[in-house]
Amino acid sequence: MNGIVPAPIAALPWRVIFILMALVGFGAAVLYSAAGGHFDPWAGKHVLRFGILLGMVIIMSRMKLEFWKSITFPLYLLLLFLLIVVELLGFVGGGSQRWINLGIITLQPSELMKPVMVLAAAWFFDRLPPNRIFGIEAVWPLGALLLLPSVLVIIQPDFDAAIAYAFGLGVVGFMAGLPLIYFWGAGAGIAVLAPLVYFFGLKPYQQDRVLIFLNPENDPLGAGYHITQSKIAIGSGGIFGKGFGNGTQSHLDYLPEGHTDFVFATMAEEWGIVGGFFILFLYFLLMRWGLTVAMQSKTRYGQLVAAGLTCTIFFYIMINLLMVVGLAPVAGIPLPFVSHGGSSMLTMMLCVGIIMSIERHPGAKRGQFQ
Amino acid sequence: MKVEKQVTSGQLDFAFTRRAAFVGGVQAAIGLTVAARMSYIAVADNEKYKLLAESNRVNLTIIPPRRGWFIDRFGKPIATNRADFRVDIIPDRLAKKDETVQTLAELLALSTDDVDRIHRELKNAQGFQPVQVADGLDYDKFAAVSVRLPDLPGVSPRQGYSRFYPSGAAVGHLIGYVGTVSAEEYQKNKKPLLITPGFKVGKDGLEKTLEDRLQGEPGAKRTEVTARGKIVRELTTRPDTPGKPVQLTIDIDLHNYAARRLGLESGSVVVFDCLTGDIITMASMPCYDPNSFSDGIGRVEWKMLNSDDHIPMLNKALQGLYPPGSTLKPVAGLAMLRHGIDPEEIVICNGGYRLGNRVFKCLGRHGPVNMTTAIMKSCNTYFYSMGRRIGYDNIAPVARELGLGQEFPLPFPSQRYGTVPDSAWKMRKYDQKWTESDTLNAVIGQGYIIASPFQLGLMAARIASGLNIQPEILLQKRAAAKPLSFPKAHLDVVREGMNLVVNGAGTAVRSRLMLDNIAMAGKTGTAQVRRISGSQRGQSGAWKYRDHGLFVCFAPVDQPRYGAAVVIEHGMGGARAAAPIAKDVLTFIYDRAQAMASLEALEAGWGGNIEQRMAAKYAVFQNQPAPPPPLDPTA
Repeated sequence: MNGIVPAPIAALPWRVIFILMALVGFGAAVLYSAAGGHFDPWAGKHVLRFGILLGMVIIMSRMKLEFWKSITFPLYLLLLFLLIVVELLGFVGGGSQRWINLGIITLQPSELMKPVMVLAAAWFFDRLPPNRIFGIEAVWPLGALLLLPSVLVIIQPDFDAAIAYAFGLGVVGFMAGLPLIYFWGAGAGIAVLAPLVYFFGLKPYQQDRVLIFLNPENDPLGAGYHITQSKIAIGSGGIFGKGFGNGTQSHLDYLPEGHTDFVFATMAEEWGIVGGFFILFLYFLLMRWGLTVAMQSKTRYGQLVAAGLTCTIFFYIMINLLMVVGLAPVAGIPLPFVSHGGSSMLTMMLCVGIIMSIERHPGAKRGQFQ
Repeated sequence: MKVEKQVTSGQLDFAFTRRAAFVGGVQAAIGLTVAARMSYIAVADNEKYKLLAESNRVNLTIIPPRRGWFIDRFGKPIATNRADFRVDIIPDRLAKKDETVQTLAELLALSTDDVDRIHRELKNAQGFQPVQVADGLDYDKFAAVSVRLPDLPGVSPRQGYSRFYPSGAAVGHLIGYVGTVSAEEYQKNKKPLLITPGFKVGKDGLEKTLEDRLQGEPGAKRTEVTARGKIVRELTTRPDTPGKPVQLTIDIDLHNYAARRLGLESGSVVVFDCLTGDIITMASMPCYDPNSFSDGIGRVEWKMLNSDDHIPMLNKALQGLYPPGSTLKPVAGLAMLRHGIDPEEIVICNGGYRLGNRVFKCLGRHGPVNMTTAIMKSCNTYFYSMGRRIGYDNIAPVARELGLGQEFPLPFPSQRYGTVPDSAWKMRKYDQKWTESDTLNAVIGQGYIIASPFQLGLMAARIASGLNIQPEILLQKRAAAKPLSFPKAHLDVVREGMNLVVNGAGTAVRSRLMLDNIAMAGKTGTAQVRRISGSQRGQSGAWKYRDHGLFVCFAPVDQPRYGAAVVIEHGMGGARAAAPIAKDVLTFIYDRAQAMASLEALEAGWGGNIEQRMAAKYAVFQNQPAPPPPLDPTA
């Protein structure tokens, strides 16, 4: 680096910041158009939020790995406590509630639990002696870590969050070297349990979502409406799209949630698959960055956290995109860095911040001299 | 897990690297899946989704085409379109169904009948297909709904057109009427236009048969709408192409006059241009008001029409069949002349004619009569005698040549062509030989022979001009008519007889035209409805057993231009009921003021013109105790 740029700024992880800026900037453009050519109410807030969270992320990146390791379990317990508080608030308020209003921001503990679950799992595997990885000791604590928060969010009811926790935990376990037989077994178990869960575990509206995902045209004006309209938006966009500000599906409100969960469809209508490929490419860069950080980390905790958090981000991307193109049922999961929404951006930026911190502090190999 | 496997952190590191690479691969695979799926939707199915996006965005409202006008031979309107106000409901946008219908019922003073219908149609309706609430509204009611629109989502007040017949009932049978498309018609041809509120098709008469010419092309209003149905802006609107106007041969003033002049009678007037065959007038009364149908006829009015013994639903000019009576004597005269009867040959009338042991009565004792006198006096004895001499098989072809028993290629949904009997016909129909008494009956227009007023009018016109004119209702240039097969001398004899009927010492002298230089010739007829019993002779008693009154005529005598027939059902006599009407109708052609004066005097005694009388009748009918309600009109 030469002297034109001050050293502290030059030292920032610009590669990932550029990727995020591109995603957020493009997202803001889409939100600007979706609001009919106004920064209000979405695009402006979107950029502002990113700016503030970017500051937080840079501060986070300065934290040493040991810091994260030390606060992991307290954080987990704190969120567990907050989940119970939310549950009680909902009980008192006479309805289900998912967040705590702190005046300045609203905290959604179930959302924050997603990255923390990854941290907790990594923390556990870090402490687990390597030769115990095949034993029962490697499994039951994970089950315990998963069970408590899952039960609490399922009561809310927020089934999607429970799945996200299981996913995060599973990915970390997989990376940590749990025997493959577990994953085959889990796959087989899901194949058997899925119908049972569908018929006995899901509420009717959730059953509808699954049914309609399988055949959205059956109910074009009801619950299948979202998927149908999303496909119309993407399909009518073609290769180059209808042009910035010319999307009819979003502007005339045919596409529901066009600024949150279905922002990709809003984008694709105006920018076509060219815009879609651009976003996919940015995500590819982001995932590559995350996994590279994981591979280059020298500590087991760092490896598992970086890989796990990358996969948490990926989980959002995957569920959202598969849903928007009609390959997965409708789930209320936004598109990271593009969708408008504070709570999900906070989670994503927390993930990014911790990965940045790992990138900055790759650490030394166990047993090596530090 | 009996064998303790020793795992080092180095091995776990290695496993991590491999598994991280695997995870990266899975991520890439999912990314590619999304990319492929997106490309498929946006490239392969692009056309399909473009269309769907467009049909989301654009709401197409069909503008029903304005129906082609009917105009008369001088361009005066017979059927036009009147701007009216209507209110529909768009089911998709209806928020509170019952409350909205309730509010509309109050604002528009809808009957329970209407409210039931709206509820029924809403139940079966789908999507953006509007359901009619009411049409033909006045501006006040329309405005009352319009100002409350913000509270009435889904309600659509619109300006449209409805069919208007300035002449009202007078043209009902001639033009027919329009109505909404029936379920069967829609099943046959599922054009969305057909179920667009405000769209009507011809249901009867010329409206029905000329539908293709009159219908026109619908327009379309394209608006950009949001998912909630809010109109963002109007896109290009394609205006409707109105149907083509149809010019009829009718002289609407004369036609209206004839209809009014029929007054309280049940009957018809047909006037031909005897040089071209153009139908100048074809009135049949009583009649329904076609305007009532185009606004959707009420239950009470429909019941009133159907319970009337004068049968207002029947076009008597084309579909009424009557024994022509003595109006057929000129036809018999022409046949006799053709078969060598000297018109000056005298027959002595002693008040009847004996055939075997049966006496066929004449209306009077006419003494010695030749052909013209026989026509003038309507002497049955002469025609019995001469008809018997030549035989009816020689008369029937003449009757047919003059148009009786014939059907004509006219665009009316139905015309009845009656019967001109002869021996072959009787053998075919009854397997019986033709008898001489059949001849005697037929020659004076009784017995088997029946004809429509339309045919009788044509007969008079053909006799008047001697031309083989073809009747026509659509005004157009046509080749000049060819002469009939009768020599002028024969026609002159018959015409002279008909002249004497009115202007000599005949049966209709009281109906002589009060005009300078223009005279009318004619022939009266009185047709029995049932066999003469005792002295009644069908001149009294119940209305439906009284004789029909007929009159055929032409004018001017010296240079015939118009041929006409007037048939008054149960009018008791041609001279009494039919000839005065013919006189006034023909007078109207030449001197409107005189004819109108005569009509107005009559109408004063009848209780007003057609419209006033129908309104009064409707009021009386409505106040009758209601009959028990029908079981279930929808079942």
